[in-house]
Amino acid sequence: MIMDRKSAERNWLSGELERRGVSRREFLGFCGTMAVTLALPPIFGSRIARAVETAPKPTLVWLEFQDCAGNTESFLRSAHPTVAEIILDTLSLDYHETIMAAAGHQAEKSLAEAIERDHGKYIVVIEGSIPTGAGGAYCTIGGRSALDIAQEVCAGAAATVAIGTCAAFGGLPAAAPNPTGALSVSDAVPGLQNLINVPACPANGDNLAALIVYYVTFGRLPELDELRRPLFAYGKLIHDACEKRAHYDAGQYAEEWGDEGHRKGYCLYKMGCKGPVTHQNCPNVGWNENTNWPVGCGHPCIGCAEPSFWDRMTPFYRHLPEIPGLGPHASLDKLGLGLTVGVGAAFATHTALHVIQDRRGRRDESGPASEGSSHEKTDEGDEK
Amino acid sequence: MSRIVVDPVTRIEGHLRIEAVVEEGVVKDAWSSSTMFRGIEIILKGRDPRDAWAFAQRICGVCTTVHAITSIRAVENAIGSTPPPNAELVRKLVMSAQLVQDHVIHFYHLHALDWVDIVSALSADPAKTSALAEGISSWPKTSPRYFAGVKQRLETLAASGRLGPFANAYWGHPAYRLPPEANLMAVAHYLEALDWQREFIKIHAILGGKNPHPQSFLVGGMAVPIDPNEQSSLNVASMEQVRQLIQGARALVSQVYIPDVLAVAPSYLEWASLGATAGHYMAYGEYHETADPTSPRIMPRGVIRNGDLSKVEDLDFSLINEFVTHSWYDYEGGDAQGLHPSQGETTPNYTGPQPPYELLNVEGKYSWLKAPRYDGLPMEVGPLARTLVAYASGRPGQKQLVDHVLGALGAGPAALHSTLGRIAARAIETQIMVDEMEGWVDELLANMGAGDLRICDNDKWDPSTWPEDCTGAGFHEAPRGALGHWVHIRKGEIANYQCVVPSTWNAGPRDSGQERGPYEQAIIGTPIADPEQPLEILRTVHSFDPCMACGVHVVDGRGRSIAEVKVQ
Repeated sequence: MIMDRKSAERNWLSGELERRGVSRREFLGFCGTMAVTLALPPIFGSRIARAVETAPKPTLVWLEFQDCAGNTESFLRSAHPTVAEIILDTLSLDYHETIMAAAGHQAEKSLAEAIERDHGKYIVVIEGSIPTGAGGAYCTIGGRSALDIAQEVCAGAAATVAIGTCAAFGGLPAAAPNPTGALSVSDAVPGLQNLINVPACPANGDNLAALIVYYVTFGRLPELDELRRPLFAYGKLIHDACEKRAHYDAGQYAEEWGDEGHRKGYCLYKMGCKGPVTHQNCPNVGWNENTNWPVGCGHPCIGCAEPSFWDRMTPFYRHLPEIPGLGPHASLDKLGLGLTVGVGAAFATHTALHVIQDRRGRRDESGPASEGSSHEKTDEGDEK
Repeated sequence: MSRIVVDPVTRIEGHLRIEAVVEEGVVKDAWSSSTMFRGIEIILKGRDPRDAWAFAQRICGVCTTVHAITSIRAVENAIGSTPPPNAELVRKLVMSAQLVQDHVIHFYHLHALDWVDIVSALSADPAKTSALAEGISSWPKTSPRYFAGVKQRLETLAASGRLGPFANAYWGHPAYRLPPEANLMAVAHYLEALDWQREFIKIHAILGGKNPHPQSFLVGGMAVPIDPNEQSSLNVASMEQVRQLIQGARALVSQVYIPDVLAVAPSYLEWASLGATAGHYMAYGEYHETADPTSPRIMPRGVIRNGDLSKVEDLDFSLINEFVTHSWYDYEGGDAQGLHPSQGETTPNYTGPQPPYELLNVEGKYSWLKAPRYDGLPMEVGPLARTLVAYASGRPGQKQLVDHVLGALGAGPAALHSTLGRIAARAIETQIMVDEMEGWVDELLANMGAGDLRICDNDKWDPSTWPEDCTGAGFHEAPRGALGHWVHIRKGEIANYQCVVPSTWNAGPRDSGQERGPYEQAIIGTPIADPEQPLEILRTVHSFDPCMACGVHVVDGRGRSIAEVKVQ
């Protein structure tokens, strides 16, 4: 899986940078930004720059199944266009139906050539779920079923990236009652080594760019959580980095669309925000070159990066259960969700557990008896 | 006789397959098939109608606002909710930004490579390219050095031996006619437009949090607060940012997109007499001139039959029916009848060949698209339909631009019913819409300044305020054409939900009378120089801007009927 660096003697990137009029400084700036997206100390910027310059040009094939092309569009909107474009179009993007010039047999030929020539070395990105109903007839390309194509292409890949919630977790087609028997990549093609899930609806193009940079830089996959999501993008809850967090802690909420609280940017918890139970780096990296993000614009988070969010996070505008006694310092960090547990129950349980941890942590620091005892009551109440 | 199969049709959204019979170098018959199905309408049943927009939005990530808009309109129509003027203005900006961005991306990134030979650009003279570019536009990026740089990028790519997304295409095909210099100019603009689309769509991030799938839609309004004195609301600064992005788009459209269309078209004038459908056009209409919902629309509503531009009929929504004779669904009362979407009844029933397969059985059912008909006729929808309805209705903006383009090409109005006509119409309406956008920024600022900060009809937010049983319909002119959603709400939940979508109109299969759908009609008669390289079929199919994920849908499997459909 690790790239053959010996074949990467030629310094293709420096040449590309020069030809495209991108200064060394701009390029290093980009690498620093990537380090931030990857949640690495900025010092890693120079290491990324070194690795990207000397790495071979990886082959990428992108398959679209039961999809809406939203992840493709997101990929085309990756931030830092000038340099990202270099990274992206100096990847060899050998198959991508939305973009490629060839069609029909000639398109199929491009895919066949890529997976044969670079067997064991290419990266495959899969967008959309894979239907298993009607003998595979709910999604065919060139007369072949999505499952058939996925099995063949994934088998020879160095790494498989399931981009977007449909590919990562089944997403919308798999929402109840799942009319087409739609599956995630991990369920449709079980046992895949080097599978990375990059969920969200769509996934943020910057996170995909960061993933590819990580892979090229370190020659291996990033650290993943139990749902195979890169920790650099999914390691924290939206709630914990939210710009409205101070308002939550102060008990300041929007109560109605366009009311004073909404206009002042107060917390959207009461409007149904799922930020407290959703792992994503939206508040850190933003969208469209960090122009904004959904909560920033005034709409609650809908939890789109979590498994089964169409069933578990809906109705979207019903607020998460009230947590009695949540004090101003209660952190909802590490508020994980069991796949089969309802959001509300998980929210209450994990919050309660965390309040205990939080209390212990602060006891170690200063141990204010009065605060500790007030939390103790809360914990007991919740645990029943 | 040979049967050509083009699958996958690339540079589109979704999964489209074309089968065509070619005799003596001309397409004699054709079948359009969509090969992917998800069942989103089934998934919507039993859900909170206020959530429906987010589900429907995911029908398509390319035209990522259109189903959300149509959904909230349908629900508002059902429950009697009235969005305040500010919400309507934000929606106008969101919709028009979508249209402008979509059309530019379509021309440069999805369609251009049918007309532009990238390999030919390698032999262009940068100085002559510069002269060509300066002769057609005041766009600043026209120096010989600039074009030499673009050419060098291409040479590097070619020298690498790895053409990536440009590999195995039809380069050198005799149907490519542009001189090398025009090809090089087009490649430069392909790359410029790729950068521009990332920038321009920040309008959706400002007004909707992100793109794709902006997230500020609400039944009754928009979730983006407005307040000139708050940094967390849309304020003067954020609206000026929107204005700047619009101004950038106006420059690109008027100085690059329109001149490029006019520069490329003369090399392909025979495509002004190829690619016509039967000439039935339909537009639902969009963009009222003022906040008054009875004011005229910038894109008028109406129907044209048989290519007759001398009259525009009023649209009657009750005349819409969908057929499944050749679609992988069954009707309880038999497949010969069409059904109005409000009485939709469909059970998916795949009867095609089991994959892997070589050919579809086109005598039977052969597509996941249904076949919508208006008064029994297949209708072309989209930019050409809208532009013709506007032209025939005498809208001054469209009339002037259409006559300008026809004059520049030395053609008469008959040339509009064609592949080239679709391309020209798309460019014309892009210019019209991008020119309208700043006015809506001004209106929103004026409302803000006058203290009107309302953004949602909160009185109808709580489901307890809704009728126990209600139905509604929402309509929209999406970039690709007339879009309608029909919803039935019972006890605060969705009882039935249906969409009839532009690409269903255009790409649908034959109906019960064996009448072909618009794609199928348009491809017939196309000359094919080399059946192994059916570039000419792609030209006409791409001129419709297919969006297949949008087109496939299924309605209530139990065939519930909706008593009344209220039309806006």
